[in-house]
Amino acid sequence: MNFDKELDARGLACPLPIVKTRKALSDMASGQVLKVTATDSGSMADMAAFSEQTGNQLLSSAQQGSTYVFFLKRR
Amino acid sequence: MTTKKMALIATKGTLDWAYPPFILASTAASLGWTVQVFFTFYGLQLLRKDLSAIRISPLANPAMPMPVPMPVLVQALPGMESMATMMMKNKMKSKGVASLEQLREVCIESDVKMIACQMTVDLFDFDKNDFIPQAQFGGAATFLDFAGGTDVCLYI
Repeated sequence: MNFDKELDARGLACPLPIVKTRKALSDMASGQVLKVTATDSGSMADMAAFSEQTGNQLLSSAQQGSTYVFFLKRR
Repeated sequence: MTTKKMALIATKGTLDWAYPPFILASTAASLGWTVQVFFTFYGLQLLRKDLSAIRISPLANPAMPMPVPMPVLVQALPGMESMATMMMKNKMKSKGVASLEQLREVCIESDVKMIACQMTVDLFDFDKNDFIPQAQFGGAATFLDFAGGTDVCLYI
């Protein structure tokens, strides 16, 4: 998937992946895509909740080994 | 989608109790919520400019996971509190958990309103200059004014 910005949140524990995602998205224009990689096992549920609460669409979420990859679209 | 509101009351000042209010506040702020935290009694310690004095004691903390079982009398020995604090901080660092300073900074950047209990300051003769400039001083009524209209109100 194409993305405009990438955020490496690997090795960071809750709430940093969400906190940094929100910050990264705030600097982006509407419609742009952010790729986030994380190792926090709670990030799957957290990203879904974040997406629903903030209206930034979660385009996809996947697990690759111990890493989680998310694509979010800035609203 | 109306903005959700959350009010927190932070009453504890040890390392383990410092995390819940800062994590909840910073996460809610990241979700776009309006958040206010009222720091009272020992919670006021969390608003000090210098957070290095925030500690955790192994004593009377039977739920704290210990690498080695430790008798209570040993936990009371000089230096044990410093060691427990250091070990806890190191563990958090190695697991990628944010420091208190980091989380508080996130709260400040996300416009989380942090209210310091004026009564507690008076009670313990604290110096206002020891606290971060972003803290506003107020009383219970100030806080309840906001708390009454929130979706989530938690006591920590």
